[in-house]
Amino acid sequence: MSVLEVTGLSADLGGRRVLSDIRLHVDRGELVGLVGPNGAGKTTLLRTIMGLLRPQAGTVTVDGERARAGQGLLGYVPQRHEFAWDFPISVENVVMTGRTGLLGIGRRPKEKDWAAVGEALDRVSMGDLRSRPVGELSGGQRQRVLVARALALEPAVLLLDEPFTGLDMPTQELLSTLFVSLAREDRAVLMTTHDLAAALFSCDRLALLNRTVVAVGAPHELQDQELWMRTFGVTESSPLLRILKAA
Amino acid sequence: MSPIDFLTDLLNPELAFLPKALLIAVMSSIVCGVVGTYVVLRGMAFIGDAVAHAVFPGLAVAFVISGNLIIGGTVAGVLTAVLVAVFSQNRRLKEDSIIGVFFVAAFALGIVIISQAPGYAGSLQQFLFGSITGIPDEDLFVVGGTGLLILAVAFFLHKEFVAITLDREMARAMGLKVFWLDIVLYVLVTLAVVISVQTIGNILVLALLITPAATARLLTDRLGVMMAMAPAVGGISALIGLYISWSWDLPVGGTIVLVLTGAFLLAWAFAPRHGLLARSRISRSSPPLELAA
Repeated sequence: MSVLEVTGLSADLGGRRVLSDIRLHVDRGELVGLVGPNGAGKTTLLRTIMGLLRPQAGTVTVDGERARAGQGLLGYVPQRHEFAWDFPISVENVVMTGRTGLLGIGRRPKEKDWAAVGEALDRVSMGDLRSRPVGELSGGQRQRVLVARALALEPAVLLLDEPFTGLDMPTQELLSTLFVSLAREDRAVLMTTHDLAAALFSCDRLALLNRTVVAVGAPHELQDQELWMRTFGVTESSPLLRILKAA
Repeated sequence: MSPIDFLTDLLNPELAFLPKALLIAVMSSIVCGVVGTYVVLRGMAFIGDAVAHAVFPGLAVAFVISGNLIIGGTVAGVLTAVLVAVFSQNRRLKEDSIIGVFFVAAFALGIVIISQAPGYAGSLQQFLFGSITGIPDEDLFVVGGTGLLILAVAFFLHKEFVAITLDREMARAMGLKVFWLDIVLYVLVTLAVVISVQTIGNILVLALLITPAATARLLTDRLGVMMAMAPAVGGISALIGLYISWSWDLPVGGTIVLVLTGAFLLAWAFAPRHGLLARSRISRSSPPLELAA
């Protein structure tokens, strides 16, 4: 059953329509890749799902409930550059900030909260580095910390914004394995990415996005080159289509 | 003058203004150290500067109508901080330009207002550069009470302030009221500035906010340690600064700031892991990083 359900969603940015009539659902246990060119509205879609942007039309539901910011139903992993990595704070305290909204103003974390943080860190294999200052982490480790911060809320849905950007191949591979297994543990995972090869390889389904959803399906169902040419605005000789054929 | 002589002077009833000034300088340095930690970590030193200048018209109005300086300064500072926060919502202009417009305007307004008071030159100097004389007794309580209030609010909202500093987007996603938390933080900065203006002076008060926290940042990678160290650096520097200023008859605000700057430079040179010395020792004792990796 789909836990995340986006229906007829339209959103504006600075008075211009960026997304129109988006239909998309993500089931439990499923990793869905959101691919499209720059400016296709990938991040905008994630932000609208998170409730950070008010949609002009349409609805987002999680387990049948209307999604709003601050509910804790959705785990969000923004792009790595949004985070102040020079802040003097340890890995486990960053992950605890994921529960700030849940804790409420004036409340200190309790044993239960630390247990959730410990579990999230173990889940991304960062338990050993829990007291390390975040400024000393590598790119891949930083991405894991952000994932753990989202997991600290124990959400049913995980939204990942460009998790592979700026990371080397081995790190990307480890992370995609992690994302697949996070999905298999009964979560719905939606991820934007520029890395088509990784997306074709590890995602259960892909959504081709350019202002609207051009096509959705398992990688083998998206063989029609015309769909990709339309989404990315490329010609038949584009290397992109060759990657597609190879996969 | 030896420290013993300084102690004797502190206890001398004829010099009653001296222990009062010391108490106020130390209290405000401690409060500024805590609040300054957020200011330094958020990289909002310029906002601190703006607020510091913005309290000036409030002080001037209070002076002209013989009102309470602390209340006057707070009203003006908070008003400017709110204006900056509101005008920054318009994304066409960056926040630093908005601040640049408002804080100079506030300072200009202060100068115009205070010029209306007879014999304003002396009081102008006192506002700008601080003074240890002429502090009314009630100010001890006002400064102490305001300081405690600031520390209590910072303690209460610490978790939220950290969250909005680390990642505003995520903070919004968690349902935190980022705009209001910003305003509360600006108000705390304003209050910290206002209670410090008396002894340090309007122009130099920024140092009390920034230098101790920046010094502590050089010495640690732990937020808790930084928040304890910054007020300690501030408080001790205020004590040493006042002692030196009293011994050699130097202006108190300037002396305290120079002591603080000295502490900062020491930390910069001798910090355990990131200091100048530590870094040069590392680069001498090990091969270049490319080879080591």
